[in-house]
Amino acid sequence: MREGPEEKTILQDVPWPDEPPVMTPGQSYGSVTDQIGDAVLKRPIGLGWLLGLAIAMGFVALLGAAVTYLFLVGVGIWGINIPIGWGFAIINFVWWIGIGHAGTLISAILLLLKQTWRNSINRFAEAMTLFAVACAGMFPVLHMGRPWVAYWMFPYPSSMGVWPQFRSPLVWDVFAVSTYATISAVFWYVGLVPDFATMREKAESRYTKAVYGILSMGWRGSARHWKRYESLYILLAGLATPLVLSVHTVVSFDFAISILPGWHTTIFPPYFVAGAIYSGFAMVLVLAIPIRHYYHLENMITMRHLQNSAKVMLATGLIVAYGYFFEAFMAFYSGSTYERFMMENRWFGPYAIFYWLLILLNLVVPQVLWIPKVRANTVWLFVLSLVILTGMWLERFIIIITSLTRDFLPSSWGHYVATRWDYAVFFGTLGFFFAAMFIFIRIMPAISIFEMRQLLPESEVKAK
Amino acid sequence: MSHKALSPAIYGLIAEFDTATDLVHAAEAAYAAGYRKMDAYSPFPIEEASEAIGFHKSRVPLVVLLGGLLGGLSGFGLQYWINVIAYPLNIGGKPYDSWPAFIVPSYEMTILFAGLAGVFGMFALNGLPMPYHPLFNVDRFARVARDKFFLCVEAADPKFDIVDTQKFMQNLHPVSIEEVPH
Repeated sequence: MREGPEEKTILQDVPWPDEPPVMTPGQSYGSVTDQIGDAVLKRPIGLGWLLGLAIAMGFVALLGAAVTYLFLVGVGIWGINIPIGWGFAIINFVWWIGIGHAGTLISAILLLLKQTWRNSINRFAEAMTLFAVACAGMFPVLHMGRPWVAYWMFPYPSSMGVWPQFRSPLVWDVFAVSTYATISAVFWYVGLVPDFATMREKAESRYTKAVYGILSMGWRGSARHWKRYESLYILLAGLATPLVLSVHTVVSFDFAISILPGWHTTIFPPYFVAGAIYSGFAMVLVLAIPIRHYYHLENMITMRHLQNSAKVMLATGLIVAYGYFFEAFMAFYSGSTYERFMMENRWFGPYAIFYWLLILLNLVVPQVLWIPKVRANTVWLFVLSLVILTGMWLERFIIIITSLTRDFLPSSWGHYVATRWDYAVFFGTLGFFFAAMFIFIRIMPAISIFEMRQLLPESEVKAK
Repeated sequence: MSHKALSPAIYGLIAEFDTATDLVHAAEAAYAAGYRKMDAYSPFPIEEASEAIGFHKSRVPLVVLLGGLLGGLSGFGLQYWINVIAYPLNIGGKPYDSWPAFIVPSYEMTILFAGLAGVFGMFALNGLPMPYHPLFNVDRFARVARDKFFLCVEAADPKFDIVDTQKFMQNLHPVSIEEVPH
């Protein structure tokens, strides 16, 4: 039996007057199960959900049209041209993959740190990761020019007798992102198995029962099974933690390994990872605030969750600010003409407006998160999250476009303007992401039911 | 009574409890009474429950370790074989065996193999997927996925006796006791 204070009871307490609890008191195993399960099984399909899904599917249709045209004509329909080979496709790739990282942070890193408040937001944050990685994965493939030979990226014994070149960070990226997608998917599924068993028993129609039954693999809650399950869960968290850090590190290597001014810098890995978590938590809030409101889950996704997310955003935002500062400092301290020009070009060049907008959205405006009243206001948090998501997108735009348009020789400079097809693909993936989220919250428990049961004080085994 | 162990008429006896604490104490009592072929069932993981039924060590960590080693070695071996033996390319005058560059894919392969080995290993060791199980014949057992706790002493246990075991289980003060048919 466990000694010492009962940690689980403390979770429902209020440590100090202004602090909201992790779960409102008065819940039981049954009430937790019903609230989460009924949102899927009993709740009728609402007009708002249908409308939201319809809009998102509209953008998916746009994506389909844009990609079809891309396949017919080629990447010339985008704004890219030498010297700007990487345009929106790579900006969006980095942006989406960064958003995914918060999901892994919540599900894995916070699990290892025993931050049990994560239990009510990890499920949909993991779903968010999965869909964000799916969106991210589309871009390098679409950007290839000949996407039907995308499998050439993988090492396989081909009849051409050629193999990938493993000194290139682009090949590392293939390994990092595909591993990340696979591990995120299995982590998510393993977490869902006991809840599928709950849904199997809760479902009334034969058909629904059968579907959840198959997905649950016949889970029956045996103590032996739970023991193995728990040891796997903690190990997967331990594996996913260095993985998530490595993925964005490898993404930053795509830039840092090159010699381009503004890219060739050692600060990229930590600053990319911090930026990823920054934008990821912003997306978590963009999703959590409406979900808890419309599905009446305020007593499980409480203000404590939103406030903690806001604090993580504030902290990672400051790391990003540190990155911006040292990028500028090193450009001058290095004494390299090209580095210094890169920075001056960002400040006063043709894309200066986007740079200053990025500073405003990513650094200046989010400082209001220092004010407790702002952290306690869902409307403020929602708007700030959108601001941060835009800011982080601009960050990737500035990094990629300013360095590529003006490198060493003025004779090789260029200018980049995105075309309508660039925007169509980008907004199309946004539609895909939200459509997937809309469908997810209707067919799977959006909050981990069994982990919520563990948060209840009565789950603690008392000594005789 | 040896015929019982060979072809028991029932799968076992199952007792229902209201709280995790009751379940753990009942499991401890059953273990102390000499029962070994039993299992505790709960709607969420209870560390103490697996201890109480005498299941102390899961082999999942070993499977994960082996998977990780296999992944790391095969990842590195693949790159070495490709870039040094099968398809050597001169890239910027770097040595063919530029092993620092191979670290990243080796690392990712380590995690990939370790994770997949763990997931498949966990399900395999648990004997899942198993859509049908005798316990599902007991209607009340459905609530294990909701709010109830169960202890099942299996008929395969050498100490199992339909009358004595039932009597023993009654002393554990369960909510109910039922026979689990095959």
